[in-house]
Amino acid sequence: MRARLAVALLLLAALPVRGEEVVLGLSQNSVSIDTTFSGSQILLFGAIKREVAIPPDELGVVVTIAGPSQPLDVRRKERRFGIWVNVDAVEVDSAPSFYAVATSGPWDDVLTQVEDLRHKISIPRAIRSVGAPSTVERAQDFTDAVIRIRTRNGAYQIREGAVELSEQTLFRTSVDLPSNLAEGGYVTRIFLTRSGNVVSEYETVIDVRKVGMERWLFELSRENAMIYGLMSLAIAIAAGWAASMAFRLLRRG
Amino acid sequence: MQIYLPIAEVSVNAFLLLGLGGLVGVLSGMFGVGGGFLMTPLLFFIGIPPPVAVATGANQIVASSFSAVLAHFRRRAVDLRMGTVLLIGGLFGAALGVMLFNYLKALGQVDLLVTLFYVVFLGIIGMLMFVESLRAIRRARGGKPATKRKKHTWIQKLPLKMRFRASGLYISVIPPLLVGLSVGVLAAIMGVGGGFIMVPAMIYLLGMPTKVVIGTSLFQIIFVAAFTTMLHAVSSQIVDVVLAVLLLVGGVVGAQFGTRIGSKMKAEQLRILLAILVLAVCFKLGLDLLIEPREVYSISSADAS
Repeated sequence: MRARLAVALLLLAALPVRGEEVVLGLSQNSVSIDTTFSGSQILLFGAIKREVAIPPDELGVVVTIAGPSQPLDVRRKERRFGIWVNVDAVEVDSAPSFYAVATSGPWDDVLTQVEDLRHKISIPRAIRSVGAPSTVERAQDFTDAVIRIRTRNGAYQIREGAVELSEQTLFRTSVDLPSNLAEGGYVTRIFLTRSGNVVSEYETVIDVRKVGMERWLFELSRENAMIYGLMSLAIAIAAGWAASMAFRLLRRG
Repeated sequence: MQIYLPIAEVSVNAFLLLGLGGLVGVLSGMFGVGGGFLMTPLLFFIGIPPPVAVATGANQIVASSFSAVLAHFRRRAVDLRMGTVLLIGGLFGAALGVMLFNYLKALGQVDLLVTLFYVVFLGIIGMLMFVESLRAIRRARGGKPATKRKKHTWIQKLPLKMRFRASGLYISVIPPLLVGLSVGVLAAIMGVGGGFIMVPAMIYLLGMPTKVVIGTSLFQIIFVAAFTTMLHAVSSQIVDVVLAVLLLVGGVVGAQFGTRIGSKMKAEQLRILLAILVLAVCFKLGLDLLIEPREVYSISSADAS
C-alpha cells in the first residue's frame, strides 16, 4: 500500500501536467461563409491555470488551427515537345486545407523535435504522405511543393512569436482565415510547453459552414444535381428573355 | 464588393465580374459572336478554377444566345430544319466532349487540353480572319469586285439528301451532322458556344446564305450549351450559378453598347479588330504553354474521380 502510494506520488511528480492547464477563449467558435465572406480573423485568448508555483523552466505556447484534411494529387510539369505538360503525379494521402501555427517564441525554444513528431505540430508533420509510386523520384519534392504553394497563398502559415504571453499566465493571438476557405471542422489545439516539452494540451473545434444562399446552392448542386442544372438553365433563359424584352421596350420608348 | 462563389469556392470582386461580363458583352455586341472564347480564358486569368470556368461559361452562353435568337426569330432568319440536324450532331458531340473532359480531368491533363484547344482554334480562326479582312480592305481600296467562291463538289455527291427551304439548299445531312458534332465537342471542352467556328463552317462548307447563318447557329448553340451545362452539373457539379448570373448581367448591358459601337464601324475594320483580339488571346495562352512556369508543381483534390 505504502509502496503503491509512493509510486503514485512519484508519477504525479514526474507529470507536471497536473500542475498547469490551459483555459481558452475564442472570439468566435464558428465561422459562417455567406455571400459577402472575404476572410475572417479569429482571436484566441486564454490563461494558464496552475495550482503550483511557477516552474523555473521556460514557458512556451503553441497554437495550431487545422482545416479539414483531404487527399491531394500533386502534379509536376516538364517540357515535352516544347510545351509544358504534367508528367508525373504523387497522391498526398492527407493534407489539411488550411493550417496555421503560432508560437510564443522561436520554434526551437518552444518545441523539441520529439514532441513535434508525437503531436504532429509543424506543417511538414501535419501532412501525411505514404506510398508514392516507385516510378516517381524524389517524392518528397511533391510534399514540399504543397507546403510552398499553400504557404504562398496564405493557406499555410507559420508565425513564430505571434503568441503574446504576459506574466507567464495570459496569452493571446489572432489567426487570419483566407477567403477561399473549405467547409468543415477546424481543429484548434493549444500546447503548453516547458523547455520544449508539452505539459498540457487543449483541443476544440471551430466550425466553418456555408450559410444562407451559399449553403443552399452548394447542397442543391451536390444532392440534386439535376434540379440544380435545370435551375441554372431556367435562370439563364429567363435572364436572356428579360434582357431581350427590356431592350425592345427601351428602343420603342 | 467581394462576393463568395459557392461552387468555385473563391471570393472575387463582384464589380470585376460585372465588368468582365460587360467587356465581353461589348465585344460580342460589336462582332456578333457569343464571346465565350474570350470569357473562359479571362475567367482563368482572374483565378476561377478552369473546370468551373468552362462549365459556367456554357450556362452563360445559354442566356446570351437565347436573348439574341429571339431577335433573329422575329426577323425569320432561323432555318429550323438545318438547326435541328446540326443539333442532333451537336448533342452527340457534347456528350463525347464531356466524356473526354472527365477522362482527361482524371488524368490531370484537362487544363492542357483546354488550353491547347484554345491556342489551336483561336490561332487558326484569327489568322484566317486577319488575312481575309486585309484582303477585303485592299479590295475596297482597289475598287475591284469580290471574287466568287468555288462550290465544293464532293459535298453534293454524299447520300441522304434533304431539302432545307429557309437556306435554299438541297444537300446531304452528313456534313451538317459532322459540323454539329465537332462544334459540340468544342463546346463541351472549351466552354464556348462554338459560334466562331460554326458560322464560317456553315458559310464556307455548307454554303448557307449569310442571313440565316447567325440565327440558325444561335438556335442550335442554345440547346448544345444547355445540354453541356446539364452534363457538367450532373457529372462533376461544377456549374456556378452565382458566377453565371453576375457575368450575364454585365454581358447583357455591354452587348447593347457594343451593338451601337459596331453599327458605326465598317465591316472589314470590325473583322480585323476581332482577328487581332482573337490572336492576342491565343498568343497569351500559347506563351503560357511555352514559357517555363514559375511553379512547376500544381495541386488538385484527389476526390474528383
